[in-house]
Amino acid sequence: MATVSIRSVRKAFGSTEVLHGVDVEVQDGEFVILVGPSGCGKSTLLRMIAGLENITRGEIAIGGRVVNNVAPKERDIAMVFQNYALYPHMTVRDNMAFSLKLAKAPPAVISDKVGRAADILGLTPYLDRYPRQLSGGQRQRVAMGRAIVRDPQVFLFDEPLSNLDAKLRVQMRAEIKDLHQRLKTTTVYVTHDQIEAMTMADKIVVMHAGNVEQIGAPLELYDRPANLFVAGFIGSPAMNFFKGRVESGAFRFDGAQLPLPRAAPGVNGASVIYGVRPEHWQLSADGIDAVVHVLEPTGSETQVMARIADTPVVCAFRERITAQPGESIRIAPDPALVHLFDEKTGVRLN
Amino acid sequence: MDASTWVPTRTPPNLLARLFDYKPFLICVCLAPALGLLLVFLTYPLGLGIWLAFTDAEIGRSGSWVGLENFDSLMEDRVFLNAVWFTVFYTAAATVVKFALGLWLALLLNHHIPFKSIIRAIILMPFIVPTVLSAIAFWWIYDPQFSILSYVLVDVLHWRDTYIDFLGTPWAARWSLIAANIWRGIPFVAITLLAGLQTISPALYEAALLDGASPWQRFRFVTTPLLMPILAVVLTFSVLFTFTDFQLVYAITRGGPINSTHLMATLAFQRGIPGSQLGEGAAIAVAMIPFLVLATLLSYFALARRKWQQGPENE
Ligand SMILES: Nc1ncnc2c1ncn2[C@@H]1O[C@H](COP(=O)(O)OP(=O)(O)OP(=O)(O)O)[C@@H](O)[C@H]1O
Ligand SMILES: [Mg+2]
Repeated sequence: MATVSIRSVRKAFGSTEVLHGVDVEVQDGEFVILVGPSGCGKSTLLRMIAGLENITRGEIAIGGRVVNNVAPKERDIAMVFQNYALYPHMTVRDNMAFSLKLAKAPPAVISDKVGRAADILGLTPYLDRYPRQLSGGQRQRVAMGRAIVRDPQVFLFDEPLSNLDAKLRVQMRAEIKDLHQRLKTTTVYVTHDQIEAMTMADKIVVMHAGNVEQIGAPLELYDRPANLFVAGFIGSPAMNFFKGRVESGAFRFDGAQLPLPRAAPGVNGASVIYGVRPEHWQLSADGIDAVVHVLEPTGSETQVMARIADTPVVCAFRERITAQPGESIRIAPDPALVHLFDEKTGVRLN
Repeated sequence: MDASTWVPTRTPPNLLARLFDYKPFLICVCLAPALGLLLVFLTYPLGLGIWLAFTDAEIGRSGSWVGLENFDSLMEDRVFLNAVWFTVFYTAAATVVKFALGLWLALLLNHHIPFKSIIRAIILMPFIVPTVLSAIAFWWIYDPQFSILSYVLVDVLHWRDTYIDFLGTPWAARWSLIAANIWRGIPFVAITLLAGLQTISPALYEAALLDGASPWQRFRFVTTPLLMPILAVVLTFSVLFTFTDFQLVYAITRGGPINSTHLMATLAFQRGIPGSQLGEGAAIAVAMIPFLVLATLLSYFALARRKWQQGPENE
């Protein structure tokens, strides 16, 4: 187990820079998730930790040792690839044993370690099968088994669940989390799925276009997104945004007005963006009028797509809604839970 | 009338339509063109060749059945036995070197090296030059007086005192032919193996790298097993092409000196056409068939779908 420190790391492919100075500290035993939209540089950063890409500038340290010039196999990390990269010509057993065989471990140790990993992952009945004879989820587990037997300092995962169907994904999510709680190995995990990030991480690193937007615990990012990008990225369905001005103690837009958060600083007169999460709307007699367009009851809650003046808004209510499309409901945000962002810079104001 | 009482009425199909619905007829119709082509262009010449091998036909005289007489006399024929031996040796020596060099080139080209496409084009060159043309070039290269090799070795580098007589003595001629065949055959091996290498996912090499494999171990445990299926196919074809080689040898040495470089194919032609012993020539050609069948069978078993490969179950 080890810490991972990423300090002002930059990466350029030829003349195009894709990472513009990234700083991340991963504590010993921590489960850190890199999340961000496609192409933001998550895989590149992970591959730099693994040593599969060289580091253009800055430095990466694993367990206190700077590894910029350390060969991948000396870094004591194990990686699970998105497409698993299982050796097709080796059985499950040989796939898991390969690194140990290369390290010239005694056969007894190899079979013991492989047996234990297979046990943890429920792969024991499949040890003599070839990868092509396995289902997607089983292949995923073999890829994890291959990482586990190494007993590395750091696990790296690159979107390991993206090839699985929705149900299996939820199951494997729990399994990976459970595995981490048992092994307590430092883990860096890449995904573009913010639900995966929210449910699994100790700490989330939100990346966007080669920059880190915010680092924090899942609920921290949910409660206090540092900027517009994080606010829009974390949470599902996404936060509602309204563009307007702060005037005389209220937020005004399109002729409507919404209450300001209690801790509103001196933003009077400023152009701001006002954010409300769908689940933070309440039905309220003194709220503002919203015209219902679509109702989506899911049983536990009801999602309502509506319009306030000309701005579309999504609400999620715990209570059952009886309004019909075309009718109006009166809704109000919980002022303690609304977010204000600067219109120009996107930075959080409250 | 409503939908519940409506019954679709069909006019009974006419005779032609019924005929084309009749499966055996359809199969025959569809197979006929392919079978016809095979019969005319493959089965007939092959059959005729085999038939001739059992006759004493000569050019201008259709022979009569003589049973195994041609083969009996070949068994005593030093020139023929020598040709069999040299064909096997030629095939083995050339194939080994072609694969060693071809694989090496393919591995080189599979890396990011500068001027990759130009090098690839150069490597393909021997393949696009007609064989007879390159044979003539080799004929010059191996000329006792004008050979560029001799010139370089003697007059430029001063490594030797005398010009080499490449084609004058049996062993020199044999090795010269093998070298020409290697030059001619490398592109095929290199390009097909390169195609094979490119089907191996780079992620596997990265996984092996992280698993701690050295470059040699990556070659040994990842590249080799994954390349095996394609290697076996290329090997089969290469062996078949080399074993049946004719053009290079016939153009460069015509089997000489003193019949020491005859391959079975050149000897068959020599006896059958210039020597006008059609029956005997055919018998030599037919004698190649067991070797070819053996080579094909061997590679068939080597090729047999490996358990790990995608595809229908084969246990
Ligand atoms: N070998 C390369 N050469 C040039 N550009 C590259 C290379 N690899 C990645 N890039 C660029 O770097 C950027 C980041 O790529 P990366 O693969 O890290 O994205 P990602 O965040 O993992 O996206 P995804 O979620 O789609 O996997 C992309 O714009 C990509 O085009
Ligand atoms: Mg990626």
